[in-house]
Amino acid sequence: MSDPEDLAVLMRAARKGDDEAYRRLLLHVASWLRAVAARGLAAAGRPNADCEDIVQETLLAMHLRRDTWDETQPLQPWLRAIARHKLVDHLRRRGFTDHVDIDDHSETLAAPATSEEGSALDARQMLASLPERQRRIVEGISIEGQSARDVGSRMGMSEGAVRVTLHRALRALAAAYRKDRT
Amino acid sequence: MKTEQLVASLVADRAGSARPLGRSMGRAVLAGALVSLVIFAVEFGPRVDLSAAFATWRFDLKLVLVLAALVAASGACIAMARPVATARWQWAVLPVLLIAAAALGTELAVLPAETWEARLVGSNALVCLTAIPVFALAPLAMLLLALRRSAPASPALAGAAAGALAAAAAAAIYAFHCFDDSPLFVLTWYPLAAIPVILVGAAVGHRLLRW
Repeated sequence: MSDPEDLAVLMRAARKGDDEAYRRLLLHVASWLRAVAARGLAAAGRPNADCEDIVQETLLAMHLRRDTWDETQPLQPWLRAIARHKLVDHLRRRGFTDHVDIDDHSETLAAPATSEEGSALDARQMLASLPERQRRIVEGISIEGQSARDVGSRMGMSEGAVRVTLHRALRALAAAYRKDRT
Repeated sequence: MKTEQLVASLVADRAGSARPLGRSMGRAVLAGALVSLVIFAVEFGPRVDLSAAFATWRFDLKLVLVLAALVAASGACIAMARPVATARWQWAVLPVLLIAAAALGTELAVLPAETWEARLVGSNALVCLTAIPVFALAPLAMLLLALRRSAPASPALAGAAAGALAAAAAAAIYAFHCFDDSPLFVLTWYPLAAIPVILVGAAVGHRLLRW
């Protein structure tokens, strides 16, 4: 991961309400995670098809548990710990119990240029498992790229209610990933 | 859903929801302690000589010791809630040990040896072993619920730390009921009463706090 200072700066800005900083941070972390997950899957002898699911599950965990980052500490060890935890958890669910270590390589890793290889199949199924209202809100914001306010006026909800439901939807998505056994 | 699309939802969820870990833990302990205070008021009540007790060094030292344990356990609980633990909380255990050693040394120096056993056994040992776990129940439940937003490196350890914090909060309440102020009693029975709370915290944490 590159620019350790920048990541902590972005996260601090995000905490103060800078959405653009948060978006840049998440996209940067996503591409780093993609390389970490690909390497972890290769080391475990697993096909790369699960890669994007691991990336998304890890991003969800980082987002929902971002309060656990100590602002006085660098961001990277925290990110790496969550990434390792999620990778190990994912592999364990698929019966792989050996030691997985991502530290050896991730130190020197710049954000790679590899892009997402197609959309994650699981993620689409996960979305379908959400209650109707939650699903429509996530689709509106994520897939149709609308703002929370636009989605609200279309569905006859206040912006605040949309955000509350969105938060529940994200928690439900994270839980659905954890229960996933294939 | 592509990852870039998921990011849009995460960004939209961002607004005003990040808060320091210490604050949510503190709120949980307070909410639970309020429930325990009600049980305390209804079933136990403060000792009748409370104002006189404040003038004795043993009672004051008991309070200082319990408060130091509360600080140390809070630090441990916050540290254990993180995926990467910082070791700073361990420094907060030092005052607890120093105060305990000083209290023990003083008590043994001022009391004749034949009274040690009576002071250690006290008159409230069974009440202590019951009351502290009872007072710890609500704080522990609230803490474990709050910790579901955390990302502990070890869910069992995080649960154990929550148990220690809940037990320290319970001890702080119970200290106002108990007549046995001797460090010999406090250093024996309070930790013994905390053990089941810590074990329950670890067991529940192991199941509930996995992420």
